[in-house]
Amino acid sequence: MKSARNVAVTLAIFVGTLALWEGVVRVFAIPIFILPPPSQVAQALWRGIASGVYIHHLGYTLVETLLGFIVGSLLGFFLGTAVAMNRWVELFLYPYIVMFQSLPKVALAPLIVVWFGLGLTSKVINAALVAFFPLLVNTMVGLKSADEDRVSLMRSLAATDTQIFWMLRLPNAMPFVMAGLDVAMIFALIGAIVAEFVGAQRGLGMLIQSMNFNMDVSGQFSILLILSFVGLLLNRGIMLIRKRIMFWDPSEKQVIETSPEEAAPAAGRGVVTPAKEGVG
Amino acid sequence: MAVATEAITVRHLSKTYATRDGAVTALDRTTFGIAEGEFVAVVGPSGCGKSTLLKILAGILPASSGEALLRGTLIAGPRRDIGVVFQSPVLFPWRTVLDNVLLPVDVQRLNRERHHQTGIDLLTLVGLKGFERKYPWELSGGMQQRVAITRALVHDPAMLLMDEPFGALDAMTREHMNLELQRIWLERRKTVLFITHSIPEAVFLADRVLVMTARPGRLLDDVRVKLPRPRPLDVMNTPEFGAYARHIRHLFNVQGRIDA
Repeated sequence: MKSARNVAVTLAIFVGTLALWEGVVRVFAIPIFILPPPSQVAQALWRGIASGVYIHHLGYTLVETLLGFIVGSLLGFFLGTAVAMNRWVELFLYPYIVMFQSLPKVALAPLIVVWFGLGLTSKVINAALVAFFPLLVNTMVGLKSADEDRVSLMRSLAATDTQIFWMLRLPNAMPFVMAGLDVAMIFALIGAIVAEFVGAQRGLGMLIQSMNFNMDVSGQFSILLILSFVGLLLNRGIMLIRKRIMFWDPSEKQVIETSPEEAAPAAGRGVVTPAKEGVG
Repeated sequence: MAVATEAITVRHLSKTYATRDGAVTALDRTTFGIAEGEFVAVVGPSGCGKSTLLKILAGILPASSGEALLRGTLIAGPRRDIGVVFQSPVLFPWRTVLDNVLLPVDVQRLNRERHHQTGIDLLTLVGLKGFERKYPWELSGGMQQRVAITRALVHDPAMLLMDEPFGALDAMTREHMNLELQRIWLERRKTVLFITHSIPEAVFLADRVLVMTARPGRLLDDVRVKLPRPRPLDVMNTPEFGAYARHIRHLFNVQGRIDA
């Protein structure tokens, strides 16, 4: 009952906003190359989809994004693991990583296009570069955040460092890694689009750029719509994976009937340290 | 009790920590023994080195001097024949109750098939039959601590070390867990070293209560509790029980401090 009403309210707000937008544009006679009314955007969207142009370019952008995401997050994960687990790697590599991290990665896009050309490679590299850091940092923090009591327990069982890694540190890091993937997915999309802006023959970013030259603002709006929808879908995809891997994470459960006190730590995103008391 | 087999032998054991304000002696030349199958409680104020003692016996902290032996062999590192129960249950949320119980089996690469039934039998013993496939978050605090006790017993260790295992539980649950622990102990007869802040808990559970002083941690008295078993909770209202508790509390008062 309540959820049906919520949906109705949400829908009403959505329709109301569109109507207001359309009305304002018409009443004040705002030129179409400044702010197009929703009806024009819808038309552009329909034309683009029906002609197959958008699908064609979307395909390229998606491939770039996903490849960049996979490459970037794998590298980030493995390097993060190396830094967290090896003192020497941390000592010699980490300063450079921090330096590189403070750089806005999208600023490298022009260079990367010069180096790797207008094709797929430069887009994937740029997307990977941007997706890399959230994974690196989150993996590092996750692996290092294993609860001291749990480490003591493993040590008291005469566990080796390798066992502590596989049985404790890695599963313990999963909430952090998943939160990193969440961010990396969207970052990869940004990386791909920016690289397309700089120079590309295909892709939605390139399409926006060329529409901008032609002052086709309705077209740009329609692509923004597609991009936000794609972003939403990619994010949902990660959340589905997260739900499967993190079935044990209290933050994945809506209501915990048996022990409500355990639900509290779920507040910090990806940070799970249930029932931790100091040992006297 | 026969002196023939001593489960734990502690001789002149000391532990000094280096801190910014110089060396702090947590444990000072402590000597005692625990017979096989004996339940020994250690009480003392905060900072009396109880936890240090337990960590040394568990092999996760090296002693500064002196030695600790388990069944005649030196404890020089983590050992597979010791089970430890910490103050918090320290369960792994991604493992089911049974998988948590079998953690020592996995770590020590023992036969999982063979210990599977042991795990289920022990869970039945602690009153958690039917909870094997649940996850820790589905259990109450008391139940989680039972899982921790089961996990400490599953690889059949020679010795059970318990570091204030019921300290985080509410008073009602705590009393109940004391009764349960006594029942489990009467059935399994493991050697137990039980660290606690609570004098009544120590007297209720233990055959012997080791009383320790604060900084430096030193053994003050070794009180043998001769109350018949199984002890009901009502035993706490008897004059004999009161006499033991009063004696131990008096030792602390003479020492001038107790902040339990």
